Amino acid sequence: MGFRPCELPAVYARMMRQMRVVEKRQLLSAEEISRTLNRLAHEIVEKSGGTKDLALIGVRRRGVPLSDRLAKTVKDFSGVEIPVGTIDITLYRDDLSTVGPQPVVHSNEISFSVDDRDLVIVDDVLYTGRTIRAAMNGLFDLGRPKRIRLCVLIDRGHREMPIEATFIGNSVQTSDTEIVEVHLKEIDGDERVVLVDRVP
Amino acid sequence: MLQRLEHLLGIEDLTREQISFILDQAKPFQEFQRHPLKKLATLRGKTVAIAFFENSTRTRISFATAAARLGADTMNLQAEASSLKKGESLLDTVRTLEAMRPDGLVIRHSSSGAPEFVANRLGVPVINAGDGTHEHPTQALLDALTIRDRKGQLEGWNLTILGDVLHSRVARSNIHLLSKFGVRITLCGPAMWVPRELETLAPNVRRVTRIEEALDGADVIIALRVQTERLHEPALAAEEYILRYQLTPQRLQLARPGALVLHPGPMIRGLEIDGAVADGPQSCVLEQVTNGLAIRMALLYHLVGGAAEPPPAKVPDKAQ
Repeated sequence: MGFRPCELPAVYARMMRQMRVVEKRQLLSAEEISRTLNRLAHEIVEKSGGTKDLALIGVRRRGVPLSDRLAKTVKDFSGVEIPVGTIDITLYRDDLSTVGPQPVVHSNEISFSVDDRDLVIVDDVLYTGRTIRAAMNGLFDLGRPKRIRLCVLIDRGHREMPIEATFIGNSVQTSDTEIVEVHLKEIDGDERVVLVDRVP
Repeated sequence: MLQRLEHLLGIEDLTREQISFILDQAKPFQEFQRHPLKKLATLRGKTVAIAFFENSTRTRISFATAAARLGADTMNLQAEASSLKKGESLLDTVRTLEAMRPDGLVIRHSSSGAPEFVANRLGVPVINAGDGTHEHPTQALLDALTIRDRKGQLEGWNLTILGDVLHSRVARSNIHLLSKFGVRITLCGPAMWVPRELETLAPNVRRVTRIEEALDGADVIIALRVQTERLHEPALAAEEYILRYQLTPQRLQLARPGALVLHPGPMIRGLEIDGAVADGPQSCVLEQVTNGLAIRMALLYHLVGGAAEPPPAKVPDKAQ
């Protein structure tokens, strides 16, 4: 799999070390990922009325290459280079200290001020919404954005927070035991999105 | 796989990997110090007892600030050194702390080994903030972080430590840490403060009596404070110390160009260090203070945050 256990929320990581998974079906091929990101980049600029004050914030880990690719696409069709930052949500998570040793923390890399910015948070999968809640906490520690919206490659439902994505690549119905695995060449080597299920 | 730390009692028993891990984990907390809002909820609901049985302002405030910025509450205990037999008062201390049930303890004590004694008894993570003349691990870690940031790596250069090495737990921790990375270490100071036994602390440690020889080829210099409170009588008159061992701008020229100057603080300007050196471009003292906060936040995050035992298995939290 593409995940190192310490990268995931700790309970998940333990789960994945203990269990076996079987692939159920592929949700997106490499070409479909590319087309989806292309469409999302256009949508973001269109629904923002241009690129003014726009900036992307990729959520570590897989939000980072996704936001880089979106920014590149925007530059290719509009000529404008919108700023891209990276946020690590480890310090803002809400499942702390219930699950064992602390996960490894990483730095944010946001070289611009978030004040008065039209931010779009970018992540691979939207699930309970807790990660995005944590990301917003982190962003508000840095300043006061004008607006924050969310762009995800996959929305898999099962929200536990009042969080919604404005820009969605694909919506997928999933069950509790299933996992949506996003493979991106920058991190995993291959490029596809698959639905896997736990083997009992 | 990195062996998880339960306490931070000293540098001597840490591996290179563990040390590198702590330094790497301090980096996000360095960045955090630049946030406009310096408050996290990461350790919310946790209590960190900060028990200082020896005077200190900077280290104590650094730990208290680190805990507060992580969202923890602190219990601040400041006791003067007891005149009772040391062993007896420490047991009483431990019982008192146990009764308050902290989630973590930071302790500074005048007896070497006191933090270990407490760690074996208490059952919560213990961080040594300085014990006797034994170790001051967080100082060595912040020094290493400062040096690594300026030089790029912790290997392949020369360190000179100036001053009262014998009574310096800072020096000992630095020697343990940097020798693990292969740093060549030169100790220099008045003879009775730099005994031969110190050369056995770690590989690649040598003593030198003349400061000119000690500074020749030095890439990093740590100047130690003259600790008059540790001595019943000074080994040297202050004037003689200044004459023979003060780090002046002229003497600094004998070291490698751009050599770093570190000082654990508090500095006595005009005694072990000349004011011009302390304020000069090669001085890292202010970075040391900032990095101290980052190191202590990283340690509290990893040691105090997170349960020792995972909870019983439940339906996996949908925290994707």
